[in-house]
Amino acid sequence: MASKAEYKITESAAELEDHLRDMLFIRHFEEKCNRVYREGKAGGYMHVYIGMEALAVGWMKAIRRGHDNVITAYRDHAHALLLGTPPVAVMGEIMGRSCGTAGGKGGSMHIYDPKNGFYGGWGIVGGHIPLGAGLAFASRYRGDDKVTLNFMGDGASNQGVVFETLNMASLWDVPCIFIIENNEFAMGTRLEYHAADKELWKRGLPFDIRSERIDGMDVIQMKRQATEIVEWVRKEQRPAWIEIMTYRYSGHGAADNDRQLYRTKEEEDIAWERDPIARLKKQMMKLGYMTEEKYEAIDEELIEQVEKIYEEADASPFPEADEVYDNIYSDMKPEMGH
Amino acid sequence: MPTELTYREALSKSIEEEMQKNPEVFIMGEDIGRYQGTFKVTRGFVEKFGSRQSQYNYRILDTPITEAGFAGIGIGAAMAGLRPIVEFMTMSFSILALDQIVNHAAKVHYMTNGEVKCPIVFRGPGGAAKQLSAQHSHSMDGWYAHVPGLKVLAPATTLDAYGLMKSAVADDNPVIFYENPGLYTLKGEIPDDVNFSIPIGKAQILKEGKDISLVGYSRMTQVNLAAAELLAKDGIDAEVVDVRSLLPLDTETIYASVRKTHRAVVVYEDWRSGGFGAEITARIQEDCFDDLDAPVGRVGGLNVPMPYARNLELLCIPSEEDVVKAVHKIG
Repeated sequence: MASKAEYKITESAAELEDHLRDMLFIRHFEEKCNRVYREGKAGGYMHVYIGMEALAVGWMKAIRRGHDNVITAYRDHAHALLLGTPPVAVMGEIMGRSCGTAGGKGGSMHIYDPKNGFYGGWGIVGGHIPLGAGLAFASRYRGDDKVTLNFMGDGASNQGVVFETLNMASLWDVPCIFIIENNEFAMGTRLEYHAADKELWKRGLPFDIRSERIDGMDVIQMKRQATEIVEWVRKEQRPAWIEIMTYRYSGHGAADNDRQLYRTKEEEDIAWERDPIARLKKQMMKLGYMTEEKYEAIDEELIEQVEKIYEEADASPFPEADEVYDNIYSDMKPEMGH
Repeated sequence: MPTELTYREALSKSIEEEMQKNPEVFIMGEDIGRYQGTFKVTRGFVEKFGSRQSQYNYRILDTPITEAGFAGIGIGAAMAGLRPIVEFMTMSFSILALDQIVNHAAKVHYMTNGEVKCPIVFRGPGGAAKQLSAQHSHSMDGWYAHVPGLKVLAPATTLDAYGLMKSAVADDNPVIFYENPGLYTLKGEIPDDVNFSIPIGKAQILKEGKDISLVGYSRMTQVNLAAAELLAKDGIDAEVVDVRSLLPLDTETIYASVRKTHRAVVVYEDWRSGGFGAEITARIQEDCFDDLDAPVGRVGGLNVPMPYARNLELLCIPSEEDVVKAVHKIG
């Protein structure tokens, strides 16, 4: 499972800088989201990706963006951003504004961008797993060469519908990669309290599905292994079930202010030592691809960029009242009134 | 030349023709392939479309007995643009997939601001047959008609089964299609025109009358037609309004009838309390109060889990005598 401490880096300096920028951008975007929530500019539920950046970056670089499908649950900002959704539309959606991906009707948990292959953004734990298999089924039916990445949390992996879906995905040979973002907590319930067998990667085995566990805190390894799996699925037309070991530094959602109820400060500190951004920075510096000054400059630039995104989203109006009935159906409005 | 078919055969013909027309229409469900369907709506489909070895090798898809999972896979396929028809062995089992239908299919178009469509049909028998008892007999159509984002159809005639299924498959929204098992052997004439269809959202008057409107849908429309014959013997000229589509609901046709007859009895097979007939009753009271000469009568199924013994079962499902009684009760 764990990456080898030492391995040969063959990626170019530009490639590694690109990974670093993507991870840093997501981190600053998510930190801003937390502040936006605290300031009351966003409501509802909001789940940020801080600590898990290498995971999404690795997978999104492994697929053909705009061709392959991606679907996930409510921790969905990073996936959309990495697929090419305009960041203002993501921030706008989080703030319930009309410039948002769903015109302000979805919110943080429901970001969609089908043009870029992103199918959400779903709020019921485990509920979107058959949908992702259905997207992949459509590819199998048409023979269109697409692969679907189907992300879920470790908590979702306990849902009955996930097992139903694995059975059919294997039975019908659908090109779907089920990816568990194992951040060790199902909301506030630690893995050992919610999973009878903590080795979640094994759950694909009874369905005759390729099953693996990968370190999600090392972006280089993440991308390499993801690339191999994506191409295998594309070629073999078989599903895969992959557990990614990661850690959620922040609370379950922006409203989770009391995470010391279910974990210790010491544990969080230890987790920070695995930080994927610090790790890549260190690797790049060792190779002479990065300096402290250059890193600072990139960091500043991205913070500024996020600030501008926020300002632009904040300037967007809230949706009009009469839009409330729009798009319930593709061809009609429902009965109006109270 | 129109052909005489049963309701079951009309459904089968309709689905088969749509599948012949469009290779992206496929059907999935429990035992629909090799077993030919529990109620034989898909009889002969494997021979016609092939099983998994043919060119479109997923067109007749036998699923495991896992409703939530296969309904969800159908929804995902529909989001990708395919046009799945999902058969539930009975609509009672669709409850296992309620999360997928209500939380996912019905909401995707709204949550994506219209960017993702979900053209899917969920169909199957709903309602009492003969002695299937508590877990196989209820229609619960009102549950689905409660949900914005779904369309809900409940054809009462063989022609409607044929024509409405065509529209359901062509629709870009999720459609719930209720087939009452008590109607499967009902005969009717079907036109020889593969492009024939009946638009969604239009009620119809199956028998004109001037004294009272009997409003119902699905098999209860047939009960209302029988009740109208009994009422004629008492000198009461009843009009039979067949709702056909619960969502969207054609209140115009219902109201026009009530404004003509000034009296109404609403009949539905679902549990009386909170069933969809309660909604129709409330709408008539709200919008036609000044036209009414009597309170709206209501006949629903008894509020009990369906009993097995035939005599008790019959007690639970509205009969033509129950409708006649309700008409006399409101005077």
